[in-house]
Amino acid sequence: MKNSKLLILITAMVFIFLIGPFIMIFLTSFSSDAIMRFPPKGFTMSWYAKALNIQMFRTTFWVSLQTGLLATATAMLLGVPVAYANIRFNYRGKGTLELLFSSPAIVPGMVIGFALLRFFVYVSNIPIVIGLYLGHTAILFPYTVRVVSASLRNFEGDIEQAAISLGSTPLHAFFAVVLPNIRSGLVAAFILAFITSFNNVPVSLFLTGPGVATLPIQMLSYMEYYYDPTISALSSIIIVLTVIVVQSAEKLLGISKYV
Amino acid sequence: MAFIELKDIDAGYEKGKPILKNFHLSVEQGELVSLLGPSGCGKTTTLRTIAGFIMAEKGSVTIGGKDYTNVPPNKRNIGLVFQNYALFPHLSVFDNVAYGLRRRKVSKPEIAKRVADVLHLVSLKGFEDRLPAQLSGGQRQRVALARSIVIEPELLLLDEPLSNLDAKLRDEMRAELSRLQHQLGITMIYVTHDQIEAMSLSSRIIVMNEGLIEQSGPPEDIYEYPATPFVARFVGFDNRIDGTLTRLESKSVHVDVQGVEFISTRPSPNLSKQDEGKSVSLYFRPDDTQIGVEPGKNAFEVTIDFSNYQGNTTQYAMHLGSHALRAVVPGKPIADGTDRTVFSIPPDKVIAEKGVR
Repeated sequence: MKNSKLLILITAMVFIFLIGPFIMIFLTSFSSDAIMRFPPKGFTMSWYAKALNIQMFRTTFWVSLQTGLLATATAMLLGVPVAYANIRFNYRGKGTLELLFSSPAIVPGMVIGFALLRFFVYVSNIPIVIGLYLGHTAILFPYTVRVVSASLRNFEGDIEQAAISLGSTPLHAFFAVVLPNIRSGLVAAFILAFITSFNNVPVSLFLTGPGVATLPIQMLSYMEYYYDPTISALSSIIIVLTVIVVQSAEKLLGISKYV
Repeated sequence: MAFIELKDIDAGYEKGKPILKNFHLSVEQGELVSLLGPSGCGKTTTLRTIAGFIMAEKGSVTIGGKDYTNVPPNKRNIGLVFQNYALFPHLSVFDNVAYGLRRRKVSKPEIAKRVADVLHLVSLKGFEDRLPAQLSGGQRQRVALARSIVIEPELLLLDEPLSNLDAKLRDEMRAELSRLQHQLGITMIYVTHDQIEAMSLSSRIIVMNEGLIEQSGPPEDIYEYPATPFVARFVGFDNRIDGTLTRLESKSVHVDVQGVEFISTRPSPNLSKQDEGKSVSLYFRPDDTQIGVEPGKNAFEVTIDFSNYQGNTTQYAMHLGSHALRAVVPGKPIADGTDRTVFSIPPDKVIAEKGVR
């Protein structure tokens, strides 16, 4: 009994620690106070209206959305074949290559951002939007490889061989038999990668520039000048949207086992 | 030329490390051949080489007179049944079975007819719309079977198809496979490590060990006249006693084992007159032994290590010098207060084979 009480206490503390900040942000977003302060005073929806009306937030939201979708799609197109090759085949230097593929998830974002800045802006002189897209693709790639690999590992190779023995070419077997059965893994990879891109600060910080920013970068620079609950309101919107997307994907496909 | 011919095959999963070395196999049309052996003996490698999933590094594969050595697996028209069924989880029973027909561009009405026929054949009518997850293990294996025979393959390969089923279902499916084979007359190669399964199904058994064929023959021959020490042990000749060959006659062999004369009426064809004076091994089954008899020919005094009462029978672990022996005899354990007893083996139950060392 004592043990279970202690367990409940620890669990509760972890939950408070994890969810507390969100609740704080959520509550302050309705505060009629002009600066972020806890506990909040009064009630207003005006910060939401303001957040949605600031043109820079709208513009950068679209930049984030487009960058996220494009980079995720590209990372998926690269990640699925790489994951497939790594699961199905043995080749020389496989371990080294696997390590290399996962390096963007291990190396600190600041380092990657700086390295990409040097490469894209100083060396290659690539337009900012393209650099941003390529940078995001690079950091998302290991996520797609890892999640797709996990779902491929659960899929028996015999099923594919059965398809081939019945007359499918290996390529046809991949599309007809493998892909439909790793669908939830693909969706999980896509969502995880997209959220990673949408939330990314360190890499975006280096790769954004005059006239081009992502939403998190814009929020950061807004906070340097204003300390009103607009950011709380915007954060709450993003949190709610994320929860809705992840929850519905979980309900429909049970993606949590792959992440 | 046989229907299936593997010649001088070197094949394996890693290049330069073949599991099958210089391997030969021939199977006649309509035969049901079992490849029997412990895991790692190369039986599955053989199957995959025939199916085309392993391309031989050396040698040739011929099926029905055509050279298949370099034909990819999707162009071989060979049915494959896997241990874990390998059904397509996202497709219904109907679509699973129809898969191969659709790849062959068979017309829709024809597909409907052939799928219905084959589902009838495996007693799965009415299950068309189920998903594999909604079926029992036995039903899944019947779908897998239907899926592989509906394409009218030249040859059906089965890789331990019954080992995931429980004992009762296994018996049922074995009978069903037997029936299908008679009904369709299709050539089957059946991989298993289960002796009983191989015995009851096959017209011929090929016992494999370490990438080589140890013995090939009808089930009775394998069971009664194992040709090598490996096969002997594999089919249950668990006991081995070493001795010296004193006299070889046409139908019997005399062996001296620590001063006791042993007669076997089943000398191996490998033995010849030149082996007289050399070492031989005698093999016999635990359940062919007798215990508590008078000393004499083919009888030994042995030490009982322990006995284990099993209801109908009693199992004894004994030793004779350095040889551990097992006996399974009817009735209760003998209780005469000593651990010594006389143990004997009828001459027609002992196989004499060249010495192991």
